[in-house]
Amino acid sequence: MNVVWDLNEVMMAAIGGVIIGVAVSLMLLWNGRVTGISGIIGHSLKLTRGDWYWRVAFTLGLFLGGVVMLALSGPERFIDTTDADMGTTIIAGLLVGFGTLMGSGCTSGHGVCGLSRFSPRSLVATLSFMASGFVLVAVVRAWFGGN
Amino acid sequence: MSKYQEKLSHVLAAAVVGLIFGVGLVISGMTQPGKVIGFLDLTGDWNPALAFVMGGALLISTFTYPLIRRLEHPLLDQQWHVPTSRLITPRLVLGSVLFGAGWGLAGYCPGPAITSLATFTAKPAIFVLAMLAGMFAYHAFEKFIGPRFPGSK
Repeated sequence: MNVVWDLNEVMMAAIGGVIIGVAVSLMLLWNGRVTGISGIIGHSLKLTRGDWYWRVAFTLGLFLGGVVMLALSGPERFIDTTDADMGTTIIAGLLVGFGTLMGSGCTSGHGVCGLSRFSPRSLVATLSFMASGFVLVAVVRAWFGGN
Repeated sequence: MSKYQEKLSHVLAAAVVGLIFGVGLVISGMTQPGKVIGFLDLTGDWNPALAFVMGGALLISTFTYPLIRRLEHPLLDQQWHVPTSRLITPRLVLGSVLFGAGWGLAGYCPGPAITSLATFTAKPAIFVLAMLAGMFAYHAFEKFIGPRFPGSK
């Protein structure tokens, strides 16, 4: 292991994290819900539910957040330096969509909201997806080398 | 618990939360897949910076959660909609493992992928379409195979 990081990146990560913490707090305070992004999107796909609009509005808000930041700080903060090709991206998307619904949450629902209310389910889920991510990246590195 | 009645105020509140969340994601670095994979790359050049995203968020939400839950009900609704299950099931673990693998492959989790659609570039768009297809596939799985899967409710 070779640790590579700089203080500026850590500061930005922490500031962004605090903003995310404020967002999930407002969702709880106003609507009484946890902000689990995969669940919000995934359950909006069942059109028979009586709670469609807030889910779509939240998703549009996420998109608008990107638009605002793109306008304010330019495209650097969206730059993709990975060499994942189209096939890899499709497989990744399928895994993320299927897996987050099967596991009832993703980084936001389990990793932030669940852990903040000390949910044992979310702790198990968070450890599982982090471990899986670590292992997958290590395997890719071992098999294909480089990045 | 009576049936949830969606109101305009809930829709507007959700949009505001989404906007703030999206801004936070971009500032944090989560919309840069290379950084995400760098965070997961323990055996290579490991970049631990993104651990501070979860740290920063938990710093706030761990404090606010118990405070807000002291209220009788949320400000815009008459009841709470917080998950109550405490079961550790095969679905929970297997689903999370599949998610982690997809996250490590492309460097996107659901939120940053949606926020990155703002760039109108191919990768986030393809990722989000595939993610939606995976979600549809899961709904089909629950319908046809779900009851026979270990750990069904």
